Amino acid sequence: MKVERSCKIVHKTQTGDAIFMVLEAGDMVRTSYRNPGQFVHIRCGDALLLRRPISVASCQEDWPHDLVTIVFEVRGQGTAWLADRKLGETLDVLGLLGNGFPMRREGRYLLVGGGIGVPPLWGCAQYTSGKSTAILGFRSREKAILLDLFREDCAKTLIATDDGSLGYHGFVDALVRQELEQDRAYDAVLACGPKPMLKNVAKAAKEFGVPCKVSMEERMGCGVGACLVCACDMKDGSRKHVCKDGPVFDAEEVDWDA
Amino acid sequence: MPDRQELEQQLRSALEGAKTALEELVPDLKPAPVAPVDTSVTLAGMVMKNPVVVASGTFGFGREYGEFYDLSELGGICAKGLTLHRREGNPAPRIAETPMGILNSVGLQNPGVDAFIADELPFLRQFDVKVIANISGNTPEEYRIMCEKLAEAGVDMIEVNISCPNVKAGGLAYGTRPELAAEVTRMAKSHAGSVPVMVKLSPNVTDITEIAKAAEGAGADALSLINTIRGMRIDVDTRRPILKMNTGGLSGPAVLPVAVRMVWEVANAVRLPILGMGGVSSGEDAAQLMLAGASAVAVGTACFADPFAPLTVRDGLAAIAAKQGLTSVSQLTGGVRPW
Repeated sequence: MKVERSCKIVHKTQTGDAIFMVLEAGDMVRTSYRNPGQFVHIRCGDALLLRRPISVASCQEDWPHDLVTIVFEVRGQGTAWLADRKLGETLDVLGLLGNGFPMRREGRYLLVGGGIGVPPLWGCAQYTSGKSTAILGFRSREKAILLDLFREDCAKTLIATDDGSLGYHGFVDALVRQELEQDRAYDAVLACGPKPMLKNVAKAAKEFGVPCKVSMEERMGCGVGACLVCACDMKDGSRKHVCKDGPVFDAEEVDWDA
Repeated sequence: MPDRQELEQQLRSALEGAKTALEELVPDLKPAPVAPVDTSVTLAGMVMKNPVVVASGTFGFGREYGEFYDLSELGGICAKGLTLHRREGNPAPRIAETPMGILNSVGLQNPGVDAFIADELPFLRQFDVKVIANISGNTPEEYRIMCEKLAEAGVDMIEVNISCPNVKAGGLAYGTRPELAAEVTRMAKSHAGSVPVMVKLSPNVTDITEIAKAAEGAGADALSLINTIRGMRIDVDTRRPILKMNTGGLSGPAVLPVAVRMVWEVANAVRLPILGMGGVSSGEDAAQLMLAGASAVAVGTACFADPFAPLTVRDGLAAIAAKQGLTSVSQLTGGVRPW
């Protein structure tokens, strides 16, 4: 069951461009949690009609209020409004929406994130409590986020930056190949980030015969599957919807050339 | 010595008596009897328990918003637009936000009329709500086949879409030329059996009353308006339109005044009942459409901001009727007092 709840901001910090918020979400996790990688749809003021989908970085059942952590960057009007909210203010939130990454607690995953696609993978890292490996890509050292949290919750955390200012100089798919060459005993590669990155990571995973799940992004309307605007082209010619069928899809299903 | 129960009884009746005496002395103290407002409306013979329908294309087949509330709370559900065969719709992006509105270009993605009848209609039939099927055809022949199938399956009304701005064939062409609108209406009417036929009009015309009259002349039972207004938004940095199809249909609060004006014009031009829609997100918005001449209203885009919007509109309408001393919400219909 999905719910609409008034959620209080109980923690807010900013690191570089990334804003980290913890929300008291009533019974949202209890009623609608499926797996790591779901999202919430947040109303961003009265001036904007459309809610903004924000991936859940981490969530937990709690009493009396479940806790939902989101990490986002200012991308436009909606996220700018959201970034201006202060501690103690409440947000109108629909959640938890969509299907996240299918995972087993005893599994071991290669988590690959790019930029603001990194946060939902933290929930995946927590889910497998220290067994998974993270490969995180950022434009530069200044853009890197959540590193300490991943280091705490992963067996190994590798960093790539586009400009070489931190970790490996280059893109994450090169690190994915390096890692899989040494060790391909992962249950799956789980990836979230820009579409070109996802395409390259999916290709690398396929080369090593490791299953790959990707979290897709598209301009969204209702967030629940009623308006059909967030279409994602599938290899079989059909169009699925990021909000309801996704956001996580099997990389093999997606038409990467669309 | 009277027992406790007896004492209580005496005390109660004494209090009642004092209250009645006081109310007679000071009449204002007596609460005015609240006459319950009758929210039911009739649209082309179809009786709905309240005037709020959810607009086609904004509510899927009800399953998603049915997770938030009981669909029986609604007056009617206009199902997602159907075509004879399954359609995958247009490539993304299909949506762009605008000031107080959205542009969409979904392109009639739907599973096809047969899948609707087999998989979705039985679900909708579990609820105490009127089910309106919305259909689009490439040819009059396709409208005929769909009407026959839906009439046999049993829906409460068929909404004939002759105004989709987002498909190349059919769609808008039928809605902008009176003779084609009449042809499609006649075809639908003669194959829908006893199911009432409502024709959905496009605002993308010079004179909407011409099309309304053509549909009326061809036997339509009701009219619904307005569909979306064609629009476009461009990203100035990339110089690309936001929508992959370049243009799309505008909906949301921005279009409400256009909808009110067009409902008013059509109500003055034809005798058919009207399902008014376009930018409704409050009881007051809905009341404007009803005063302009609508018998019922549809809520669409407002659901995206607030899934509960149709219920807010329903309750707001009832509150307005009560405040104005009406006994029925339907008394608002056509009640505008133009200068």
